[in-house]
Amino acid sequence: MSSIPMIEQSAGKGAARAAARRGPGAGRKAGSSSVRRPGFLTYGFLSAVLLASIFPLYWSFLVGSHDNTVLSRGIPLLPGGNFLANAGKVFDSIPFWKAMGNSLIVSSVTAASVVVFSTLAGFAFAKLRFRGSKGLLVFVVATMAVPTQLGVVPLFIVMSKLGWTGSLWAVIVPGVVTAFGVFWMTQYLRDALPDELIEAVRMDGASMIQAFWYIGFPAARPAAAMLALFTFVATWTNFFWPFIVLDPSNPTLPVALQLLQAAHFVDYSVVLAGAVLATVPLLVLFVAAGRQLVSGIMQGAVKG
Amino acid sequence: MAVTDQVKPRAAGAEAPPPQGGGRGVRRLAFSQQVSKWDVKLSPYLYISPFFLLFGVTGLFPLLYTGWVSLHNWNLIGGQGKFTGLDNYAFVLAQPYFWNAVGNTLSIFLLSSVPQVIIALVIAAVLDANLRARTFWRMGVLVPFVVAPVAVGLIFNNLFADQFGLVNEMLKAFGLDPVRWHSESLASHTAIATMVNFRWIGYNALIFLAAMQAIPRDVFEAATIDGAGRLRQFFSVTVPMLRPTVIFVVITSTIGGLQIFDEARVFDQSGLGGADRQWQTLTMYIWELGWGQRNFGRASAVAWLLFVMIVLIALLNFIITKRIASQGGRK
Repeated sequence: MSSIPMIEQSAGKGAARAAARRGPGAGRKAGSSSVRRPGFLTYGFLSAVLLASIFPLYWSFLVGSHDNTVLSRGIPLLPGGNFLANAGKVFDSIPFWKAMGNSLIVSSVTAASVVVFSTLAGFAFAKLRFRGSKGLLVFVVATMAVPTQLGVVPLFIVMSKLGWTGSLWAVIVPGVVTAFGVFWMTQYLRDALPDELIEAVRMDGASMIQAFWYIGFPAARPAAAMLALFTFVATWTNFFWPFIVLDPSNPTLPVALQLLQAAHFVDYSVVLAGAVLATVPLLVLFVAAGRQLVSGIMQGAVKG
Repeated sequence: MAVTDQVKPRAAGAEAPPPQGGGRGVRRLAFSQQVSKWDVKLSPYLYISPFFLLFGVTGLFPLLYTGWVSLHNWNLIGGQGKFTGLDNYAFVLAQPYFWNAVGNTLSIFLLSSVPQVIIALVIAAVLDANLRARTFWRMGVLVPFVVAPVAVGLIFNNLFADQFGLVNEMLKAFGLDPVRWHSESLASHTAIATMVNFRWIGYNALIFLAAMQAIPRDVFEAATIDGAGRLRQFFSVTVPMLRPTVIFVVITSTIGGLQIFDEARVFDQSGLGGADRQWQTLTMYIWELGWGQRNFGRASAVAWLLFVMIVLIALLNFIITKRIASQGGRK
């Protein structure tokens, strides 16, 4: 950057004079990143972004609340009264509630187990000394970059051998612990849990697992909650593997949506009503815990 | 552990009056010390073993075994057949559909990853301002993240419908010709890339935002004193200082983007990528070979080829991103 010598020059003159030289317009720009409130343009831009994020969902509800001739009659602006009728058709053509239940089971069990196993491993990597820990942690991080989805064929062969194809186990088991989870908990526990605390309970006669349970796990709680949230969302929205290994009679929600599309390809209203219904649970979760999702992503970015 | 020395004096004190009373205490102490020693030694391995076992069984083994399957006649129903060497690779590489899928995958990948990173950077820069209701805006950009790709696919499939689709109606309203999103190759790639962008831009914007906020503010102040305007600061300070984060996002979006399946799968109901496979991606091709044609050997060959492609492109990306991002930052 060519600006380094210039900083030295202008530093002597003082910031006030430098700002004065550039006039009021530049002055506003200068302060905005730290003090000043941004103007109308910023909020206008963000509103447009917000609109773009929400509009497709609104559109889905809009079309899903009319009948399937609505689009040929022009663009609707307001929802119609047909949503329940369309929802009824959704329930008739796919095992919607079963899929909802399956998604709930798969996502909750996966989230819970990812949290437990990742916290255990994170506790070990962050706080316990053992031979090879550095190398093993590097290995964990490296596996995050491995496109494991490409192993579907052998994974399917393994599941067939176990007789698990079509059962929820085939979806749950491959996800019970993730490299991301282990790395995430390691990073968090390294700072959040003082070594002295572990030493102290160890001296009081606690075993390793007690130290984990009474000291490690409570300390990990905030990060564990975020990890649970992310795992839940990722599992809920996952399609490829469940689509391959599950039967149409026992699907998760995304798989059921695909079935719905196959059954009602010409009836957009029903398909989009189904898309809305399948998204509602996660929207509820988002309203309740979106704040945590945001801070989770942002913390992960700084640490990762 | 580093703290052991500090704690030792207290530790000696703690061991002296053990909870167990009398002469039996000595032997039990020795035994429990023995147990404790093994506890310390073995516990860490026990705690990390679930990940390694599971990754081995469901991640690494399948990936390597894919190579083995790809060297055989292997049927979904019939199972393992004759060893055929590289026949499956030869067959696949001679298929026009394979090369078509390679082209489609790369095209969709470029159309999604490049705008995704750029738009996310811009949104992050705007979110970095001293906003009112900060959390509200941040949550707002993240809404698409909780919509399943399949649902996104179905919704955008309708928005991009050739007939009566909203996008085409808008184009007509502006006096433009409607686009045949479901039959022209590049148009379909654009539609599918839009779905990917819709879902991931906000997520990546938050990652960039976090990284921007980690930049020391005095760097900006120095640039301001220098007379650098907001735009100049963005390109000369923010972007170069975000280099590691940009690399991270580009690499992850490469690994995910080249495996794209969900959105393209539901772009029509048959799932083969259109009448002429206009938008069949490599992962869709793997699915067609493996579960449509029940030929696991060929499906595995494509999976291995895709794996190699991902590794190569991720490396290439790493180099390019490093170059681009460092141009402004080098002093």
